[in-house]
Amino acid sequence: MANAAVASPTATTISGRKYGSMNRDRKWALRWSYFFLILFAIFFLTPPIYMFITSLKTSAEISAESNPWWVYSPTLANYIELLTQNQYLIFFRNSAIVAVLTVLITMVISVIAAFALARMKFWGSATLATGVFLTYLIPETLLFIPLFKMFAWVNETFGIQLMNHWWTLIILYPHLTVPFCTWIMIGYFASIPKELDEAALIDGATWIQTLTKIFIPVALPGIIAATIFCFTVAWAQFLYPLAFTTSTTELVLPVGIVTTLIKGDVFNWGQIMTGALLGAAPPLIIYAFLMDYYIAGLTAGATKG
Amino acid sequence: MAQVTLRKVVKMYDEVQAVRGIDLDITDKEFIVLVGPSGCGKSTTLRMIAGLEEISGGDIAIGGDVVNDVPPKDRDIAMVFQNYALYPHMNVYENMSFGLKLKRTPKDEIDRRVKQAAQILDITELLDRKPKQLSGGQRQRVAMGRAIVRDPKVFLFDEPLSNLDAKLRVQMRTEIKKVHQKVRTTTVYVTHDQVEAMTLADRVVVMNAGLIEQVGSPNDLYHSPTTKFVAGFIGSPAMNFMPCHLEQAAGALRVRLSDTLSFPVPADRTVRYAPQVGKANLILGLRPEHITETRPHVEPNQHDFQNPIDVVEPMGMETLVYFTVAGSEMCGRVNPNAGATAEKPMKLRADLSNMHLIDDGTGKVL
Repeated sequence: MANAAVASPTATTISGRKYGSMNRDRKWALRWSYFFLILFAIFFLTPPIYMFITSLKTSAEISAESNPWWVYSPTLANYIELLTQNQYLIFFRNSAIVAVLTVLITMVISVIAAFALARMKFWGSATLATGVFLTYLIPETLLFIPLFKMFAWVNETFGIQLMNHWWTLIILYPHLTVPFCTWIMIGYFASIPKELDEAALIDGATWIQTLTKIFIPVALPGIIAATIFCFTVAWAQFLYPLAFTTSTTELVLPVGIVTTLIKGDVFNWGQIMTGALLGAAPPLIIYAFLMDYYIAGLTAGATKG
Repeated sequence: MAQVTLRKVVKMYDEVQAVRGIDLDITDKEFIVLVGPSGCGKSTTLRMIAGLEEISGGDIAIGGDVVNDVPPKDRDIAMVFQNYALYPHMNVYENMSFGLKLKRTPKDEIDRRVKQAAQILDITELLDRKPKQLSGGQRQRVAMGRAIVRDPKVFLFDEPLSNLDAKLRVQMRTEIKKVHQKVRTTTVYVTHDQVEAMTLADRVVVMNAGLIEQVGSPNDLYHSPTTKFVAGFIGSPAMNFMPCHLEQAAGALRVRLSDTLSFPVPADRTVRYAPQVGKANLILGLRPEHITETRPHVEPNQHDFQNPIDVVEPMGMETLVYFTVAGSEMCGRVNPNAGATAEKPMKLRADLSNMHLIDDGTGKVL
């Protein structure tokens, strides 16, 4: 940009030199984008790198006044200790079951709900669709106190104790994930031309067949995007498990790491970092495999929804 | 046998009447084209036949059975959409066989039918491709193939060529006609393009504002329109309309366009037009091809007149000339070598043997 401005006075004289340059503008645009991309990459990668470095240190080295960005005597002790601990594996298992089941329940509800809201025009369908999205806008921090009351009521009325069970989270998480996933899917389904389901209808497909044989395959990128979102929410949720589960056998990873590895005022930093790093691995792996779908799905939903 | 019958069919959208009680009899194996300007109700009518729109009143019968409440899949119809509506995740073979699979047709039967349809449409080598790997014309063929394999009672086409470029459109038009000649299935075809309507149809149904204006063979509509709308809609360039009145002079009828310009009415029409003498709101309709350059040899009912030309449009095989008579713009088709020049007077010839006299109040051709 700056260069183009400098070049212009010479170009106005009839020297025959080129006025500005698309190529040069483009180069500068690229330099700027690289500058900011690298800046942000450093900014966001610093914490996980610091975690990784710390996870390779012994407690003594962590508390020693040495360069925090360097490991002088690397050790895998934190990893070995954590992975041989029964407790950590229970957290991991709880998290995995909760996240996978949340994804399954959410996707079944969202896809069917979105199909109905996007395609079967019925009285109040538009209002319902907006309503679904509005529920997503209510902060979850406002919800856990009423949920406490509801659980107490369920316990008093039916004698079912919902508190302090990992499976309670499977009931809880969908109310965070279903509205958003439904909204994404409504947008995605709405972008599918109406003629497609009409063609299927004439071909003899029932609504269910239209959904399973036409809509789900066509909207697969959107479904994958919603799945990733849902998995991430369920995997990383902190507040609800902190509020609703207490026994160490019922904890999920994020809460488990914090509550069991911080004993009083003793922070076992090496293991906390290791646990957090290992805990971040599953979503990372899923992202890496499905990244292209995720982006395609999000943008499609964004423009057409 | 698959005749389609519409009796007093009405479609309401809230308070708006999109289709206002139409009657139509389509005979077996017939190729019917519904044509009209956008919003005339032609697509709605087609979609009601398909069962994609509920009808608000009247009856629709396919093959003698009233199908008002029959879902689309049980009407034994096939539809080709404007945007093809191919299933993007299936290849051509799967697209074409989808309907048959849902009906649990045996595999070898499906295979036979798909291959046969592919052969008719010349898409055999495309069977493994996905829709996005096909050109517009190929997609349209596949959409037709999907209709043909079902061997339905009725084909429904909803503006199938509108998405194609002009050249391909003409090509596919011929293609559709060929297919119909081979398969001989009753066909209802919707278009807003009157050339498409004229070239394809056994009978054309001209619709306007939710009503049928006229039903007839392409030639009937062209030569004997019954309303001003049909007269103006069919034919390109459109028929010339000039306000006029009839006068009786020396025992003969004359149609007067301006103080200086009048033509004698052809002798065979004098009795028919006699009651209109002196009436207001009359319009003379004359197609552009009935206004030519003057020639040495004069046929009966041909009359020369001189008028300055406004615009000249050479088309190659002919030249269109636009000129103004008493405030109304007119178009004539003259020989390219007749020397038509813009802003110069030209001697033209009107052939009144094909004239139409229209009552502008009722819109009826008299």
